[in-house]
Amino acid sequence: MNALNLLRIAVKALQRNKLRAFLTMLGIIIGVAAVITMMSIGEGSRRSIESNLTSMGSNMITISPSSNSPGVRMSGSSIQSLTVNDVIALRNQATNLTAVSPMVSASGQVIKGALNWSTSIQGASPEYLDIRKLEVSEGISFDESDVRSSAKVCLLGKTVIDNLFPNGENPVGQIIRFNKIPFQVIGVLASKGQSGFGQDQDDIIIAPYTTVQNRVLASTYFQSIFTSAISEAASEAASEEITRILRETHRLRATEENDFSVRTQAELINTLNTTMGMLTALLTSVASISLVIGGIGIMNIMYVSVTERTREIGLRMSIGARPVDILMQFLIEAILISITGGVIGVIIGVSASVLVSGILNWPTVISEPSIVISFLVCALTGVFFGYYPAQKASRLDPIEALRYE
Amino acid sequence: MSKILEIHDLKREFKVGSEIVRALKGVSFDVGTGEFITIMGTSGSGKSTLLNVLGCLDKPSSGTYLLDGVDLKSLNRNQLAQFRNTKIGFVFQAYNLLPRTSALENVELPLLYNPSINTKERRERAIQALEAVKLADRFDHTPNQLSGGQQQRVAIARALVNEPVMILADEATGNLDTRTSYEIMSLMQELNQVQKKTIVFVTHEPDIASFSSRTIMLRDGKVQKDTPNENLQSAREALNSLPVTEDY
Repeated sequence: MNALNLLRIAVKALQRNKLRAFLTMLGIIIGVAAVITMMSIGEGSRRSIESNLTSMGSNMITISPSSNSPGVRMSGSSIQSLTVNDVIALRNQATNLTAVSPMVSASGQVIKGALNWSTSIQGASPEYLDIRKLEVSEGISFDESDVRSSAKVCLLGKTVIDNLFPNGENPVGQIIRFNKIPFQVIGVLASKGQSGFGQDQDDIIIAPYTTVQNRVLASTYFQSIFTSAISEAASEAASEEITRILRETHRLRATEENDFSVRTQAELINTLNTTMGMLTALLTSVASISLVIGGIGIMNIMYVSVTERTREIGLRMSIGARPVDILMQFLIEAILISITGGVIGVIIGVSASVLVSGILNWPTVISEPSIVISFLVCALTGVFFGYYPAQKASRLDPIEALRYE
Repeated sequence: MSKILEIHDLKREFKVGSEIVRALKGVSFDVGTGEFITIMGTSGSGKSTLLNVLGCLDKPSSGTYLLDGVDLKSLNRNQLAQFRNTKIGFVFQAYNLLPRTSALENVELPLLYNPSINTKERRERAIQALEAVKLADRFDHTPNQLSGGQQQRVAIARALVNEPVMILADEATGNLDTRTSYEIMSLMQELNQVQKKTIVFVTHEPDIASFSSRTIMLRDGKVQKDTPNENLQSAREALNSLPVTEDY
């Protein structure tokens, strides 16, 4: 008995009952399609968040002040532990960092003529643009001399420009006022759109940090320090290096806790990946339940089929089918149902993913592993749920089976 | 004349609950190549049990059964299946054709279980077998498009297709009217006389037995009579002598 003949027998048997075979398949089709769609939506969301984070600078490391004193702990922004000395120390000593920029920000009202807009001004050094992967699309950026002289110059984001220059005038060279202090616009930032968290990244004004410190806030502290590691892989080493240098400049004893915190973008990405992974797993496991139900459907139909075809089984045995031939026939029938269902399910699942990204504008990524896995699960479902009915068929007594009414 | 079947002191016992039912109580007979024998008996005579043993579907409790020189006792389930496939052609009372399957595919069925036959040969032999039972124009018909007599002829073609040493018919005319029965018997006689097929035909109708060359009567699990048929009837003549009625 060769495999080809067995396949031929099983295909013919299924062809005799096309509608029933299709209805049995339906459970598998829906299960596989659901699993693939869910996994592609999950994977798509994960990648889109990841690429958003990368566009913010995947090598970026942020240092913020934190409380190390016992008693009442205050929020990071009201602690004054980061100073220009830290920035200088990091610039001079760190080997894993390519750029260091302090950051101070102040919120307020920005005014141009009769128009005004509520936003925040960020004070930074020229490296800030590199670290945050910001670009100047028109005009120029400020430089070190502007920092030294606390020059009243600034760069505007697109949202601010839309609100202050609604008629499309060129903002470069114009004077705007932030909390009554006049700034000259020297450049326009290229639009970055929304961040992965829905934050408008274009609602921004950037000025030299000295200007913001001296003229807007009258403070000598920083709210954070932005740095960039030489590579994403070096983030971890850079983070340890920063901790070591800052503990030194802050003269912290070994027993004292850090009065700052260091966060790498990689950590953030990891956290988000874990969360998205859990969400995808949840969706997928719900979808997998339908696959199991599909499998039970196959088992049910195969049992009915074995009972209904008892005489056929008796006949096949009497004309020379061995028990193993009968077993294989029913097993192949079950596997054919599940694999055919799997193929149709993959096609529907992929189409659904494409539709979802086309119509709902959700990011979807169809991953090959999800297709391979659901396909394998299908085949296994066929074997698992088809085996017992097939075994029942193969154990029939041909004499009894031939007489079965 | 060489022997196809050699049966000696065949016994078959069943356990039904706590009782032992002795269906065959020592049956002995031989069948030679090219013989056409009928096995007759009332219900309960052990006819069906004997048929199952002859068809290699069941093993005897004791005694010997040699089919084509092979002792069935020595074979396992798979070897028995192979034996049924290559040595025996079954014809059943209820035809047992696969529904929604063409006549040709039904006839091909036993060959699918014979790995030594390829697709081309399978098709050719099925066509020959259907031609031998005069159904050359019915290849693509499914069982529900065929009359009872035609269905039984498809079943006979299926029994012939593996070129068995013996055709084993179980009440093969039981579901047919007299005229069609005679047609089937005429075909059986032709297979026996022209193609020299050995036929063992189980029936309880005496007129069917009159078409065979020898009749074995079973009674209570034993051979009651084993007589050659001196007065062999021709089924073709019997068919022609049937009154032609308007019903057909």
